[in-house]
Formats: sequence, C-alpha cells, structure tokens
Amino acid sequence: MIRWLKALLALLVTVALTWALNTRLGAVPPFGKFLSPFRGFWRNGETANDFPAQQNLALPGLQQPVQVRFDDQRVPHIFAQNDHDLYYTQGYLTARDRLWQMDFITHVAAGRLAEIIGKERLETDRFFRRMGLTYGARKSLDKAMADPTVRTVLTSYSDGINAYINSLTPSTYPFEYKLLDYAPEPWEPLKCALILKYMAFDLTGRSDDLRLSNALGKYGPEVVRDLFPDYPMREDPVIPEGTPLDFKPVPVPAAPAGFEADYSPLVPQNQPDPELGSNNFAVSGTKSATGYPLLANDPHLQLNLPSIWYQTQLAAPGVNVCGVAIPGAPFIIIGFNEQVAWGVTNTYADVLDWYQLKFKDNTRREYWHDGRWKPVRRVVERIKVRGLPDRLDTVLYTHHGPIVYDHNEKPFLPQTPILHAMRWTNHDAANEYLTFYRLNRARNYQDYTAALATYGAPAQNFIFADSQKDIAIWPNGLLPLKWKEQGKFILDGTNPAYDWQGWIPAAQNPHVKNPPRGFVSSANQFSANPKDYPYYLNWNYGDYERGHRINERLARMNHATPDSLRVLQNDNLGLNARLILPRLLGLVQPTQLSAAQQQAYNTLQSWNFYYDAHATGPTIFELWYNNLAKRIWDDDFGKATGLEMRYPTRDRTNTLLLQEPNSQWIDDSRTPAKETLADLARQSFLFATDSLTRKFGPFGPKWAWANQKSTDILHLAQLPGFGHMDLDVGGGAGIVNATSERNGPSWRMVVALGPQVQAYGVFPGGESGNPGSPFYDDMIETWRTGQLHPLVFLRTADEKNPRVKAAWVLTH
Amino acid sequence: MLLFLLILIVAAIAQSFLPWWIVAPISLLLAAGLGRTGGRSFLAGFAGVGLGWAAVATWLNVQNDGLLAHRVAQLLPLGGSSWALVLVTATVGGLVGGMAALAGCWLRHAALGNRNRVGESATV
Repeated sequence: MIRWLKALLALLVTVALTWALNTRLGAVPPFGKFLSPFRGFWRNGETANDFPAQQNLALPGLQQPVQVRFDDQRVPHIFAQNDHDLYYTQGYLTARDRLWQMDFITHVAAGRLAEIIGKERLETDRFFRRMGLTYGARKSLDKAMADPTVRTVLTSYSDGINAYINSLTPSTYPFEYKLLDYAPEPWEPLKCALILKYMAFDLTGRSDDLRLSNALGKYGPEVVRDLFPDYPMREDPVIPEGTPLDFKPVPVPAAPAGFEADYSPLVPQNQPDPELGSNNFAVSGTKSATGYPLLANDPHLQLNLPSIWYQTQLAAPGVNVCGVAIPGAPFIIIGFNEQVAWGVTNTYADVLDWYQLKFKDNTRREYWHDGRWKPVRRVVERIKVRGLPDRLDTVLYTHHGPIVYDHNEKPFLPQTPILHAMRWTNHDAANEYLTFYRLNRARNYQDYTAALATYGAPAQNFIFADSQKDIAIWPNGLLPLKWKEQGKFILDGTNPAYDWQGWIPAAQNPHVKNPPRGFVSSANQFSANPKDYPYYLNWNYGDYERGHRINERLARMNHATPDSLRVLQNDNLGLNARLILPRLLGLVQPTQLSAAQQQAYNTLQSWNFYYDAHATGPTIFELWYNNLAKRIWDDDFGKATGLEMRYPTRDRTNTLLLQEPNSQWIDDSRTPAKETLADLARQSFLFATDSLTRKFGPFGPKWAWANQKSTDILHLAQLPGFGHMDLDVGGGAGIVNATSERNGPSWRMVVALGPQVQAYGVFPGGESGNPGSPFYDDMIETWRTGQLHPLVFLRTADEKNPRVKAAWVLTH
Repeated sequence: MLLFLLILIVAAIAQSFLPWWIVAPISLLLAAGLGRTGGRSFLAGFAGVGLGWAAVATWLNVQNDGLLAHRVAQLLPLGGSSWALVLVTATVGGLVGGMAALAGCWLRHAALGNRNRVGESATV
C-alpha cells in the first residue's frame, strides 16, 4: 500500500511538474517549453548557417523570379518584375525580420492584448476599442481596396507575410511568441490599416480640449485669451512669414454664438507626451556645394527595439525607391529614388475634437442633435481574455464618432472626457496607400503634389526635393475647415453649427515651393502665421525652439554638403536656455548661496547652452526651469485646483518670466506669504541643486547631462536585458538633436540629389527584430555617435557593389 | 547505465519531432521496464534528459556566441550568464526526466509487489 502511495505520489509530482513547465503562469513563461533546446528559445539564436549568402527560395504565389540582394547591414534590395511580386517580397522579408513586432502592434491597435497577455491588459483593450481604431481601419481599408492598384499591393503584401507565417513551426516561431506562449495568426490587409491607424493614434490621438474648457469655466475668456493665446510670441512657422497665397480661399463656416461646456470631473494621472516630434529640412541648389538640393529628415518617436523602421530598397518596372518602411505596411514611407527625396514630420493641426452630448434618458439610446432625437448606434465589442471567458463591452457611436467613456471609470488617458463623443480624422476614410505608392514613383514636384492629394491621417509636414532643383514643403492631410478656435474647447454636440462642415481643399493645405530664403524646414511648429493663412488650424503646436534653431543655421549655410545637414541633425544648442537662463541667473543673488550652490551657479554662468552629454549646465538648468514653471502654475492650474487643466505653454511662461515680474500668477495662492518671482527662482534653484546632490553627490562630473537624462532604448515588451540602457548621448526635448529619456530620432536620413543620388542614414537598432541576431542592434553605436551610414542604392539587380553580401533568388 | 543511455537517445530522437514533454512518458516507461532502484532510476532520467538538453543548449549557445542566452539570462534573472542558463536548462529537463523515471520505477515496484526486492538489493 505504501508503495502504491509512493509511486502514485511520484507520478503525481511528475505530471504536475510537467504541466507547470508547459503552462504560462501569470507573467512566468512555460519554462519547460521555453527552455527546451529542441523547441524553445535556444533555437532563436542566429547562427552562421541561418543566413546563406546564396540561395534559391521557393515561395507559393510568386509570378516571376525575384532577386534580393542584402547589404552588410542586412538591408534587402528587392528587384521584382511586377508590382505583385515586389510587395509580396516586401511582405515576406519584413515578416522574416519583424513578424512579432508588426503582429503585436496590430493587437494593441485592435484592442486584442488581453487575448495574448491576460486580464491585466483589459483596460488598454477597452480604451483602444472605444477609440475606434478598428472602426477607422475598416473604413480606410474599404476605400483603399476599391482602388485596384492599392488592392494588388495590400493583398500581395499580406500574401507574402502569410507565406512566411506558413513556413513556421513551433520551433521556429520568433522569440517573443515563445516567451509569451502564443502562436502567430494569419495576416490580412486590415492589419496593414491598423498599423497606420496606430501610427496616427500615436501622433494625433491626444487632446487638450477638456483641460482648456475647464480653465475657461474657472477663469473666464479673458484669462484664457491671455494665457492660452492662439499664436505664440516667439514662432518661426513652417511656411515662411509673408509667403503669398496662390489660391482663392473658400468661405469658412460661421462661428456660433458660444457654448459653455460642463466641468469634466476627471483627475489626471499622467500628462500626454509632448515630445513626439520630428525635424525635416531641405536646402536649395543655391545653398549646396553641388548646386543640387539636399534633404534631411529625422522623425522622433519612442526609442524601441525591434526598431520602428525597416530599411528596404524596392525596385520593379516603374519604381526604384529606397528608404524606410513601417513593418506591417507596404511601400517606403520616408526615402528617395533617383529623382526625388521626401520626408515627414508631424503637424499639430487640431484633428481631434470632443462633443458634449445630451441624452434623452439614462438608457442613452437617443441623443439630441439638430432639433431632434437621434438614435445612438451600439456596437458590442467582444474582448477575448487569456484564460478567462470573453468580456463584452458596448461602445456607443453618434454621428460625431464614438463615446470613448460612457460611465465613471478610470480612464486610460486622463484627458479623455466623460460623456463626450469624439470626432477624429483617424475615423475618416482616406487612401494613404496611394500617396505612398505615388511618392515612391514620383519624378518631380507635380507627381509629389498629386501623391499628397489623397492623404488623410496622420497629417504630416511632407518635405520634398528633386533633381530638377525644386524644394517644397506641404503640411498635409485631412484638415477640417473650422471657424476660429473651433475645437479649442469642448464643442456643443446638440448644435450642427458645431459639427465639422467639410475639409480645407487639399490644394489649399499650407505649402511653399522654392521660397526666396533657399530652404524649407519643419519641426512640429505652427504650419503658418494666421496672418498669412486663411484657415484656423490649431492654437498650439510644438514649441518653436527646434524649428528656429534649424532655420537660424540653414539661413547661414552655404556650400552645404550632406555632412552639413548631418551636423545640423546633431545640433545640441538649447534655445530655451539661451533665452531664459540669463534672466533666471539675474533673479538669484549668488551671495545668498552656499559655497556648493555657488559652484552650480557659476557653472550655469559659463555654460554655452549646449546640451552635450558630459555638460553639467543642462542638468541643473532643466531641473531649475521645470520646477520654476511648476511653482508658478501648479497652484492655479495643477491638481490642487481639483480640476483637470494644463499649464500655459512654454512660450507663455517665458513671456511671463521676461516681461511680467508682477503677474498675479506668480504668488503661490496656497501660502499666506506673497511670493515674488525672485523667491520662486531661488526656491527652484535650491530644489534643483538639492535634488541633484541627493541623486549624484556633491557637484562634479557625475552631474553630467547624459547621467541625468539617461536615454533608454527598450524592447517593445520592456523585457529587461533586451534593450540598451543609459546611453551616453546629448540632446534633449526642444533640442534639434531631440534625444530625450525615451524618445529620439528614430531614423536619421540625409539625401544629396543630383545626377547620381547619394543618401545616408541610420536608425537606433538594426534590421533584424530577433534579439538573438547580431543585426538586432548593430546600428546603435553609429546612431549614438551621430554618424550616418552611406545607404546602398542599386540601380540594377546585378550592379556590382562591395557592400552586397548575399544574393537570393525567390521563385514560385 | 543502459537506462541512462536509452533515455538519452530515445528522448533526443523523440524531441526532434514531438513536444518537449515527451521526455516524461519516455523516461517513465523506460524506467518502468529497466529501472532497478528509485534512486538509480532518478539519476538515469535526470542525466539522460538533462545531459541531452545541456549538450544541445551548449551547441546552440556556442553557435550564437551566447548572444540570446545572455539576454534571457538577464530577464530570468541569472546575471546575464549564458552558461548559468545552460545549467538551469539542463536542470529543468533533468528534473522532469528524473521524476518521471522515479515514478516509472516505483510504479513497477508497486505493481510487482515484493518479488523483485531480493534481486534488487543484489544488483545494487
């Protein structure tokens, strides 16, 4: 009997152990399955044999042979004989390097993370479903698929991805599938649309309408006009001031009388990240050494691995284009061909508004609009949750758009208001694919403008240069035709006068071609001065410093070479410090400081305003300035007020610091004492030096900017050990070299147009998404040191190039 | 020794086309047939599966210059040591193989009653 007990106990332990090691428990991977060197993660370490220099690969569905040559950074150069094979191969090779990443992002966008992670991601899923990314993706996809050219591209690209997925076995699944213990699912064109909608969410999915409505309710229109003006004091807009209009404006809808929105009682948990931005600039032939234009672009996005971008060359009859693509979407998004080069930065035109709704009753089945009750459309979202039953969530849609939150619950983003419908360009159908299809094939300025005309979201500043010596920039996308300040505050959802009533005609989006100053540029600042442009776009854009610094240097630039533009991309001068630091130093009496504090003070006095990695000036200044701004505004616009509001802009803060020392906003209304600007300046200086002393010890080289900033490149799932931490890099928010803690130049490119186009580029990662590949992060060091690689651009499939290391032939 | 070798070889072959947990039934059945004492069966199962895993993991680790294992060893966390991860891998495989072999051996003992006990002690 005891023997049986012993034996059964051993059997039970064996079965339990095997089960436990084969099952994901919470965040713990199934260790047996994961560690098994026959099937598990060990199989994902790339070995020399995994990437043959020559091979013939049979892929189902290819129509003709495709030649692919790989350069020394593993960048594929694809030569196909027709569009179908070209995009099929792009899909196949992108999936080969990046399948998990692109699949994961579509899960985020579609609100399907709980399906693979578990119930802890349920709120994220509900948020994305209610933001309607899939709703927008379906609408855009329907429009795109109606175009036969684009349909061919999207279906063949998806077929290529599926050819790769179908070649996988559990032992060859990409690493992250094994860690998270799930399997790839088939790709479909909808996922391409989701990828673009996610990008548009990232770039246009935030809004201050609610915060400003609360400020308006609390302080009234006069204060809001003063503190939140429609145009900053210091600005250097994308379209140079004084650029004449080359079109006859259409009439703008009349502004309704006015609407007082209810307070929104949300409590903030985190601020939206204002640091997603980008730079692009192009100089004309008159400013370059060769007489041909030069173009540069560096989009600033979150620094992640696998990299956001995937470098590729795509060649087929009628096209030979090189640059970077977004994994999961066809085409080159930023790049060049033999005749033209283009790039993008985000434009902060206001394309997301909120409408306060009036329901008939608590069942919320009808809402009041245009003098009658209209039905609410109810969409039931079924959310799969790993290891648990499905969850159902009903999302209410009005004609404006979805109601992102319809009952009191913790919102995922704090500025998302309750009981408001969202109107957002990301839900409008537009054929962005056709834009990139045409841009990839553009030969001149006319081709470029024709390409831009079908573009919707996210609105971007499309910069352009060509070998016919034209340069241009168009802030472009679907831009609602608004009355002045429409959407600066929450809008009245009952009155059709508040609805969006059409679009700015595509040909009347802001633009400039070959301006007299000899260059074009953008860095997320205002598209145009309202004096020069007839339509209201937004009251607030990215801060002006980067754009102004770029223009300041470009204005002085002559005989420019690609290296001049590269050096400008790495410029570390802080214009905010240059403007404000002398004023701040004047507000503090050094005699009142301790010896140690005086050291910090003297450092700032002799600092040249450059945010270099080893400088200590930026460390002290940034902490000082931000704390001072907090001391000025927090009592009036912070959490203590009990309302969700935002601080005035940096530009408005600076005007106060420079010109309004007696402003009513300086006194901390929470204390009985009457604070002066000098008091706040001294307190915040001491706060800065004290906290730095606590963090790094006494003033010294440890206070280096790179230590304080601590730039990290993290794995998309934030896996420890899979990123690069604490990089030794300068730059920062508001600096041309916009490398901040977690965001930065996700791709730096410089293109020299001419009879033989030559381009340079780098991104902070590598071509491979496999953390077991040496090509996962091989470009980071080049990126960190501000260098660029010459980009291999082959004119023909057989062109000799010493940097080409492998040649594959793909056939049916 | 025979049991160890058989587990090593049969498990290695089976795992190249079946899921990893096939090592459990293999070790259990082989030990049920050939295991003499519980202790020796456990050791044979542990070493048979564990050494197989160690050998393959070592080979893949060397081929990859320890790149991926170094990252996984920071995730787990094992201080980034790829060789510590090889050891953990071998231990996990070994434990399953050993426990299964132990269970197999003891199940046979239970099924056969006392009949084998004399022969068993003679061969130890």
